[in-house]
Amino acid sequence: MNPTNYLYLSAILFSIGAVGVVVRRNAIVVFMCIELMLNAANLAFVTFANMTGNLQGQVMAFFTMVVAACEVVVGLAIIVTIYRSRRSASVDDASLLSR
Amino acid sequence: MFWVLAPLTVFAAVGMLLVKKAVYSAILLAFVMIALAIFYIAQDAPFLGIVQIVVYTGAVMMLFLFILMLVGVDSSDSLVETIKGLRGVAITTSLAFAAALTSLIARAEFGQEPLGLASANANGNVEGIANLIFRQYVWAFEVISALLITAALGAMVLAHSPKSSEARLSQRARSVARFRGASIGTAAGLPGSGVFARHNAVDVPALLPDGKPSDLSIPSVLAERGDVQETKRYALDGLPKLDEEDK
Repeated sequence: MNPTNYLYLSAILFSIGAVGVVVRRNAIVVFMCIELMLNAANLAFVTFANMTGNLQGQVMAFFTMVVAACEVVVGLAIIVTIYRSRRSASVDDASLLSR
Repeated sequence: MFWVLAPLTVFAAVGMLLVKKAVYSAILLAFVMIALAIFYIAQDAPFLGIVQIVVYTGAVMMLFLFILMLVGVDSSDSLVETIKGLRGVAITTSLAFAAALTSLIARAEFGQEPLGLASANANGNVEGIANLIFRQYVWAFEVISALLITAALGAMVLAHSPKSSEARLSQRARSVARFRGASIGTAAGLPGSGVFARHNAVDVPALLPDGKPSDLSIPSVLAERGDVQETKRYALDGLPKLDEEDK
């Protein structure tokens, strides 16, 4: 099977994740959509590794996974801190700067 | 395999946006991640596939579910759009973006037939990746490990609640405070729940000697959560209403 199909899938998943980040209001779901986008990028990396016949893309995907894990850890800690002080996990309620 | 799993993956990803409850989104995302792991393994990346399952569906999704439980499992999202027309603009834009990406991929000339990883994986996929990470990218690897440690420290600092470091009162100080409090009536301690009551559940108030239910007998945590039963209906019948008579 032609590996470009994986690239199409990756593009579609990335776009879905982008919609989710903008449309959803729950901060945790927004984070999950960011994860989806990172995963889509990983799929593209792995596919390119397969197409070019070397492992550089896989190493990049590996690094992306580590960075994504860091991002999730810090992001969720921020969400918990905001939730503790404001009793809400909605991204609309954290609007102190606008007032 | 691809034509079975890829539409399912896209459906799960779309469903992630449509379902109301965050827990269902997490489950669907876990499905997407497992499907991606299968795609990795199918593309001669067994190491990344296993790492994907262990790190993403294992650690990251567990962290997500853990935080969901902390924040409240039924923290359903209001799907009302707060900015007018945001949803339409977002969907149109990302559809256009997806179309642009797919047309780019379709028109791209990759210059060669896909080579496959048979030669790169000759000594095994793990050895190949280790060769790259620990030789060419060893500096990036070290930096990323520092990033991971920093993230862990940052999470600890952010999640640390100052409450736990508050100085606790000594037993003697508490005893003194009880006797010098507003009422000597509670000096011997608050009435226990269900002591003179008709039930012995913790959310059922104790009855005082005059037959009145006592709010003090219910733990304040339950009262704050709103799990308390109505105390009035536990009052004994046929007893003089002392409070009302005094007034």
